[in-house]
Amino acid sequence: MRSYLAGRLLQVIPTILLVSVLVFALQQFLPGDPAVVLAGEERGDPVVLQQIRAELWLDRSVPVQYLHWIGNVLHGDLGVSWRLREPIASLILAKLPVTMQLGGMAFMIALLIGIPAGILSAAQRNRPLDYVANLVGLAGLSTPNFWLGIMLILLVSVKLGWLPPSGYVPLWEDWRQSLATTIMPAFVLGNSIAAILMRHTRSAMLTALDQDYIRTARAKGLREWRVVLRHAFRNALVPVVTLGALELGTLLSGAVLTEFVFSIPGFGKLIVDAVFNRDYPVVQGVVLVTAGMFILLNLLADVLYVVINPRLRVA
Amino acid sequence: MTGQPAPASSPALIAWRRFRARPAAVLGFAVIALLVFVAVAAPLVAPYDPVTQSYSAIRKAPTLQHLMGTDENGRDVLSRIMFGARASLLAGVVSVLIAAGIGIPVGLLAGFAGGWVDGVIGRLVDAMLACPFLILAIALAAALGPSLTNAMIAIGITAAPIFVRVARGATLDAATYDYVEAARATGNPPWRVALRHILPNIVPPVLVQATLAIAAAIIAEASLSFLGQGQQPPAPSWGSMLLSAQRFLGDAPWLAIFPGAAIFLAVLAFNLVGDGLRDALDLRRR
Amino acid sequence: MRRLLLATACAALLSQAAAAQTLRVVLREDADILDPTLARTYVGRIVFAGLCDKLFDINDKLEIVPQLALSHEWTDPTTLVIKLRPGVTFHDGTPMDAAAVKYSLERHVTLQGSFRRSELNVMDRVEVVDPLTVRIVLKTASSPFLAQLTDRAGMIVSPKAAEAAGKDFGLRPVCAGPFSFKERVPQDRIVLERFPGYWNKDAIKLERVIYQPIPDSSIRLANLQAGSVDLVEYILPTDVDAVRRNPRLRIAITDYLGYQGITFNVGNGPRSKAPITADSRVRRAFELSLDREALVQVVYAGLYTPTVQGLSPSSPYYDPALKPPARDVAAAKALLKEAGVALPVPVSFMVPNNPDLRQAAEVIQSMAAEAGFNVQITSTEFASALQAESRGDYELFLLAWSGRVDPDGNLYSFLHSTGAQNLAKYSNPVVDKALDDARLTDDPARRRQYYAGMWAAERQDLPILYLWTQKNIAGLSAKVEGFKPMPDGMIRLQGVSLAK
Repeated sequence: MRSYLAGRLLQVIPTILLVSVLVFALQQFLPGDPAVVLAGEERGDPVVLQQIRAELWLDRSVPVQYLHWIGNVLHGDLGVSWRLREPIASLILAKLPVTMQLGGMAFMIALLIGIPAGILSAAQRNRPLDYVANLVGLAGLSTPNFWLGIMLILLVSVKLGWLPPSGYVPLWEDWRQSLATTIMPAFVLGNSIAAILMRHTRSAMLTALDQDYIRTARAKGLREWRVVLRHAFRNALVPVVTLGALELGTLLSGAVLTEFVFSIPGFGKLIVDAVFNRDYPVVQGVVLVTAGMFILLNLLADVLYVVINPRLRVA
Repeated sequence: MTGQPAPASSPALIAWRRFRARPAAVLGFAVIALLVFVAVAAPLVAPYDPVTQSYSAIRKAPTLQHLMGTDENGRDVLSRIMFGARASLLAGVVSVLIAAGIGIPVGLLAGFAGGWVDGVIGRLVDAMLACPFLILAIALAAALGPSLTNAMIAIGITAAPIFVRVARGATLDAATYDYVEAARATGNPPWRVALRHILPNIVPPVLVQATLAIAAAIIAEASLSFLGQGQQPPAPSWGSMLLSAQRFLGDAPWLAIFPGAAIFLAVLAFNLVGDGLRDALDLRRR
Repeated sequence: MRRLLLATACAALLSQAAAAQTLRVVLREDADILDPTLARTYVGRIVFAGLCDKLFDINDKLEIVPQLALSHEWTDPTTLVIKLRPGVTFHDGTPMDAAAVKYSLERHVTLQGSFRRSELNVMDRVEVVDPLTVRIVLKTASSPFLAQLTDRAGMIVSPKAAEAAGKDFGLRPVCAGPFSFKERVPQDRIVLERFPGYWNKDAIKLERVIYQPIPDSSIRLANLQAGSVDLVEYILPTDVDAVRRNPRLRIAITDYLGYQGITFNVGNGPRSKAPITADSRVRRAFELSLDREALVQVVYAGLYTPTVQGLSPSSPYYDPALKPPARDVAAAKALLKEAGVALPVPVSFMVPNNPDLRQAAEVIQSMAAEAGFNVQITSTEFASALQAESRGDYELFLLAWSGRVDPDGNLYSFLHSTGAQNLAKYSNPVVDKALDDARLTDDPARRRQYYAGMWAAERQDLPILYLWTQKNIAGLSAKVEGFKPMPDGMIRLQGVSLAK
C-alpha cells in the first residue's frame, strides 16, 4: 500500500512539471505581443515598448523566461498579473472561493438530481421510466451550457424577473443575495454533471443489484425498496462518489463559459480574460494551480478507491 | 495472465441487431441522417440565401415567410441554421478524425510497446488532460488564427489524449486474446500483429468514443465560435449565431433559441447513437 | 412577480449599511491599474473622475475650465504659468501645492512604465514659482498641450503616498478627488467613499460609489431594469428603446469624442501594394460603395453620427460643411474602371471580435460587393489584431479611437508621418505641414484653416476612412438626480444624488 502511494506520488511530479512546460510553450505560440497589448494606445512608441519588455523579461530568450518563472514558482511566488498589477496568488485566493462556491453548489445539485434518478432508473431497469430517465439524462449532457445559461437568464430574469441576471455576492456578505445570484449558474453547471452521476449511479446500482447477497436479501423476504436502498445503494455509493470527484475537471471547464455568460468573477473568467489580454503570468499560474488540484484529486480518488476496495489492490 | 478466447465471429451482425432494438438509438441515427441531409442539400432545401441581407426586415419574429424569423442584418434564420449545420457537422467529424488520427497510433504504440515509452506517453496524456479542455482549445485556436479549419485542428489536438487512453486500454485488452498471443509467438513482426490482429479489436471502443467525441466537438466548436474564434462572418455557424444573439435577448429571443436548439439536437443525436453503440457492442461500462 | 421583485429589492436595500446614498455604477469592463501615471483604459478614467481631480476640466462645449488650478496664462509661446487653488488637501491630509504638482508631472514623465510620456513629451521642465504657482516650460510651442492637463496627465497625486508606495501606488491611490479609495476586488468592484476634506464638498451628495464591470451588454441592461444598479455607463444603441420604454429608467445621450474608421495599410510592408491599399482611387471607390446612414441605422439603430472627419460634432473644430458623400455605386464602378483594377477587387478586412463590429463588417461587405469588391472578413481577437497591425499584416483594419479633447489628439498621431499611431506609415507633406502649423498657434480661427487644408488632402488620399462618431449612451435609474452627461463620457459625481 505504502509503495503504491509512493509510486503514484512520484508520477505526479513529472506530470505537473510537464503541465508547466506545456502551458508556457503554448503561450509562446499565441500571436500578439503582450507588450503591445499592455501598451494600449501608446503602442506606437518604441521607447514604451522597450521599457515594458525589459520590465517583464520579454526581451530574454524563451528558456530563460521559463526558468525565471518556474524558479519563482518553486519559491512560492506565482508572480504578478501584467494587466492588473496584482499578485497572482492573491488573485487566485480571491477568485477560487467564488468558483468553489459555484462548483460546490453545482455538485450538490448534481447529487440531489443525479443519484435519486440513477437509483430509480436502476430499480425500474428496462421499464419505461428507465428509458425516460436515460433520455432526460442525455438531454442534460447534450445541452451546451452557455446556451442553457442564456435561456435561463431570458426566462427567469428578463421575462419573469425572479432572479438577478448576473453578478455575484459572496456568501458571507449576504447569503440570500448570494444564493439568488448563484443558483442559476450552479444549475447550469450542475446539470451535465447530474447526468453523468445518474449514469454512474445506475451502472453501479445494477452491478450491486446483481450480487448474490441481494438475492439472499430478497429470498429472506425483505421488501424491494429496502433491498434497493439499504443494501445495494450503500455499496454502489462508494464508486459513484469517487468517480464523481473526478468530474471536478469537467466542472472547471464548464465554469469558464458559465462565468462568462453570468458575469461571475471567478476562476474561469479570470483565465479567459487573461488569454485574450495575453496576461501570460496569470494564465500560467492559474493553469498550473488548476492542473495541480486536478492531479492531486485524481490521486486522492485512486487511493480512496483502492483503500475502500481491497480487491483492486495490485498484487 | 491467462489468455481469453476472442469474441464470437460476425460481431458486426450481432451488434447491428442489438442497435436496431433500441428505439432511442435508432431515433438518434435518424436525426443525424436528417442533419447530414440538410447540411449537404442546404443550397437546395434552404428557403433563402443565408448571407443575403435585407435592411427592411431586421429582427422580425417568426412568421410563415420566415419560419424562424430574421436576424440583425435581415437574414433568414432558418436558412442560416441549415447552412450552419455544415460548419457544425464538419467541425464535429473532422475534429474527431484528427483526434483519432493522432490518438489511435499513439495509444497503440503505448499499449504495444509498454515500458518507458508507455510511461512517457502516459505522463503526456495526464498533463494534457489536467489542463481545462476549453482553455487549451481557446489558446490553440488563438495561436493558429481565427478560422473554422484552425478551430477544428485545435479541438482535434485537445481531444486526442482521450483517444490515446481508449486505444491503449483496448490494445492492452486485445493483447491478451489467444490468437493474438499465438500470432506473436509464431514470430510475426510487431507491426503486422498490431495492424492485422489488434487494430480490428480496438475498433468497437474507439467507435463508441468517436461518436461521443463528435458530440463534444460540436459543443466545443460552438463554444469557440461563441468566444469569437472559429467560423468567420458572414458564413453562419450555430455558435457565432448565439454570440450575435446575446445582445438582443430581450427584443429578439428567437435569435438565441433556435441556434441553441440546433446544437442541442445534434449533440443529443450523437450521444444517443454513441450510447446505443456502446450497449450494442456490449462493452463494460466505464 | 412584481411583488416578489420588490420584496427582494427591499431586502437587499435594507441589508446594506448606509445604502441611502450609494451610487452603483456599471462599467463595460474592469479598469486596469488605478494609478494615473500607469493607467491606460477608458473605464479607468471613469473611476478617476471620482477619485482624482485634475488641474483643469472641460465643460460640455469642450472648453477648458478650472479644477485644481484656478487660471492659466501663456507668458510666451513656450511658457505656461498656472495658478493653483488654495486650500486643497489630498486624501491623506497632506496639502496640494506647487511642489505636489511638480512632483506629479515629473512622475508622469520619469516613472518606469508610465503611459503619460507621449502626452507630455513636449514638456521640458516644471518650476515652482511659489506655493500656489507653477511654471511649465515647453520645448516648442504647442497649443494642444493645455488639453492634456484635463485628463490623466493633469491628475495630481499625493507625493507622500506616491513616494512611499512607488509602483504599487495604484493598489491604494491617494489623490485629491471628491471620493477616496476604499477597496477593490479585481473584476468585481471598486468602492470609493466620500472624502470629507474635498475642496468642493458642498457639491458632493453621495456617501459611496461602487463601480462594477459587466462586459455583457444584455446583462448590463437586465441589471438596470431589475434595479440592482443605478447607472450604466454604456448602453448599446439597440437597447435604447427598451430603456426609454421603462418609466423607472432614463437615457442620457451626448456626442462622443472619438470615432470609428477603417485604417488602410497604405505604407507598411508588402500588403500595402494590394489594389486597394496602393491606389487612392480604389479606396475612394470603396467609400462611394458605402451608405453610412444605412450602416448606422442597421447596426446602431441610427443613433450614431456618420462622419468623414475624425472629430466629434461637439468639437469647435468640427466643420459642419464637410459631410459624408451619398452612396453612388455607379461612380464607384467608374473610379474602379479608371484605376484599371481587375474585378472583383479582393479586399482583406481585419475586424475586432466585438459582435457589433462584426455585424457592421458584414453590412460593409455586402454593400461593397455591389460595386465589385470581394471583401473577406477576418474577425480577430484584439491582441492578434494589434500585432498584425504593427507588422503590416493586414489591408483594412476596423479601428476606433476613444478621442481627445483637442483635435490634435484625434489627428496628429494617426495622420502625421511621424505620428506614434500611424503604424500604416501614411505620409503626405501637405498633411504634415498643416498638422504642425496647427500646433504652433492657439488661435481657433487659424487652426480651423489649417485643418481645412489638411482635410482636403486627406479626402483625396483616404488613408483613414472615417465611418461614424459614436455617442455616449448612459442608462440610469430615474432615482439618479443631477447627472450631467459630458462629451468625454466621464461620470462626474458633483451634484449627483439619489432620490429616496
